[in-house]
Amino acid sequence: MERFLKQMIMLKENNPIKLSKLTKLTVLVLASLVIALSPVKLFAADEHAVEQQPEEFDAGKFVMEHVSDAFDWHIATIGETHISIPLPIILYSNSSGWHLFWSSRFHHGTATYNNFRIAHDGENAGKIEEINEHGEVIGLPIDLSLTKAVAGIIVSVIVLLWIFLNVAKSAKQNAGKAPKGIQNLVEPIIIFIRDEVAVPAIGEEKSEKFMPFLLTLFFFILINNLLGLIPIFPFGANVTGNIAVTMVLALFTFVITTISANKHYWKEIYNPDVPWWLKFPIPLMPIVELSGVFTKPFVLMVRLFANMMAGHMIVTVFISLIFIFSQLMGPATGAAVSVVSIVFSVFMTLLDVLVSFIQAYVFTLLSALYFGMATQEHH
Amino acid sequence: MGFVTPDYGTIFWMVIVFGITLYILKRFAWKPILNALKNREASIYEALTAADQARKEVAGLKADHDKIIAEARREKEIILREATNIKDKIVAEAKAQANAEGLKVIQSAREQIEAEKQEAIKDMKKQVVELSVMVAEKIIRKEMKEHKDQEALVNELLKDLKLK
Repeated sequence: MERFLKQMIMLKENNPIKLSKLTKLTVLVLASLVIALSPVKLFAADEHAVEQQPEEFDAGKFVMEHVSDAFDWHIATIGETHISIPLPIILYSNSSGWHLFWSSRFHHGTATYNNFRIAHDGENAGKIEEINEHGEVIGLPIDLSLTKAVAGIIVSVIVLLWIFLNVAKSAKQNAGKAPKGIQNLVEPIIIFIRDEVAVPAIGEEKSEKFMPFLLTLFFFILINNLLGLIPIFPFGANVTGNIAVTMVLALFTFVITTISANKHYWKEIYNPDVPWWLKFPIPLMPIVELSGVFTKPFVLMVRLFANMMAGHMIVTVFISLIFIFSQLMGPATGAAVSVVSIVFSVFMTLLDVLVSFIQAYVFTLLSALYFGMATQEHH
Repeated sequence: MGFVTPDYGTIFWMVIVFGITLYILKRFAWKPILNALKNREASIYEALTAADQARKEVAGLKADHDKIIAEARREKEIILREATNIKDKIVAEAKAQANAEGLKVIQSAREQIEAEKQEAIKDMKKQVVELSVMVAEKIIRKEMKEHKDQEALVNELLKDLKLK
C-alpha cells in the first residue's frame, strides 16, 4: 500500500496534469464505491432485523452475478424487491420468427413470456429457451438481446464519442493555438500512443495508417475499464471483463494484422530462416509460427478479460466476506470485518485503476507490435 | 450465462458498435486531432528554428558590431599617432625656424653693430682729426716759432692718437 502510494506520488511529480485528473477520477470512483456499498450494508442489516429467517447468503452466486452478463441491469435489491433497468430482448425463433420485448417481462427470470423463459439450470443455464404449451423445451432462439454488457458498451461509446468529438471540435477551433480543457488531458495520451507505442513498433510512416485503430482501441479499453469501476448506473457494467468483448477487440487486431501483412510476414511463417531439418520433412517451425498467428490474438483476448474479471471479482469477494462473516459469527463480526473488507476493496479498486491503464496500454502496445511485424520489410 | 464462453449476441453487437465507433472516431475525431497535433508540432518546430536563426543573426550582428568598434579604435589610434607626429614635426619645424630667425636677427644685429662701430670709428676719426687740427692750430698759434718742434709734436700726437 505504502509503496503503491509512493509510486502514485512519484507519478504525480512526473506529470501533474494527468495525475490530478487521475486523482479526481480515483476520488470519484471511491466516493461512488462508498455510496454504493453503504446502502447494500444497510439493506442487509434491515433484512436481518425484519425477517426472522434470513435468506442464506451464497457468496459464489453473488460474485458471479456481479461479474457476469445479464438480461436486465440490476441496480439494487431492497428487501424482496429487485430494482433493475429493463433491457430489450431481441430473439429470432425458427418456429415463431422475430420477437422484441423488454426484459422486465421475465420478472427477473421468474416468469415465462411468449413461450420464452430464462433457463436456470441444465446445459442451457442462463440462456433464453423456447418452450411449448406443455412446458417442454423446444429449442434455443437466436439471441441478439441488448444485454447488460452491450448496454455498457453503448454507454461507454457515448462517453467516448462525447469526449473525442469535443476534443476534435476544440482542436479545430484552436488550430495553431495552445490546447485547453479536456484537449489538454487527452493530447498527451494521444502523443504517448503515437510516439511511444505506434512509431517504435510500426515505424514513422506506416504507423499513420494504424493510428486511428490503436487510439480507438486504447481509449475504448481504458474508458470501459474505468467506467466498469464506477458501481453506479449507468456505469459499472463489466464490459472489458466480458470475453465476447475482448474477443471482438482481439479479432479486430487479428483481421487488421492479416489484411495488412506483407510478403515478408507470410514468408517468415511458412518458410522461416531456420535450419532446413526444422522445416522438412516435418514442418515443425511453420506449424509453430502459424499457431502463433492465432495464439497472439487469443492471448490478447484472455489477458484483458482475465485481468478485468479478476479485478471485479476480488472486490465483490471482499464485500461478500462481510456477509459470510455476519452469517457465521453474527452481525457484530460482520461489522468488524466490514472495516477490513472496505479497506481492501478500496485498495483493490485503486489497484484496478492502475490495472485499467496498464491493460489498455498492453493491449494497444501488443496490437501495434503485431502490426509492426506484419508490415516490416526484410532486413 | 457462462462467463468464459463468448456470447454470440454480445459479439454481434460489439462488432457493430465498435466498428461504427471506430469509423466515427477515425473520420471525425482522430483525423482532426492528429492533424492539429502535427500542425502544432510543425509550427513549434518552425518557430524554434526561426528563433534559432534570429539568435544566430543577433550573434552575427554582435560580432560585426565588435569588429566595427575594434576598427574604429584602431583608426582612432592611427589618427592620434599621426596627429602626435604632425605636432612633433610642427613643433620641431617651428623650433628650427625660430632658431634660424634668431640667428638671422643676431647676425643682422651684429652686422648693424659692426656698421655702427665703423661709423663711430669714422666719426671719431673725423673728430680726432678735427680735434687734432684744433689742437694743432692752437699749438701752432702758440708755438709757431719752430718748425721742427711743430712737426715733432704732430707726430707725437698722431702716435698717441692711433686707434685700433
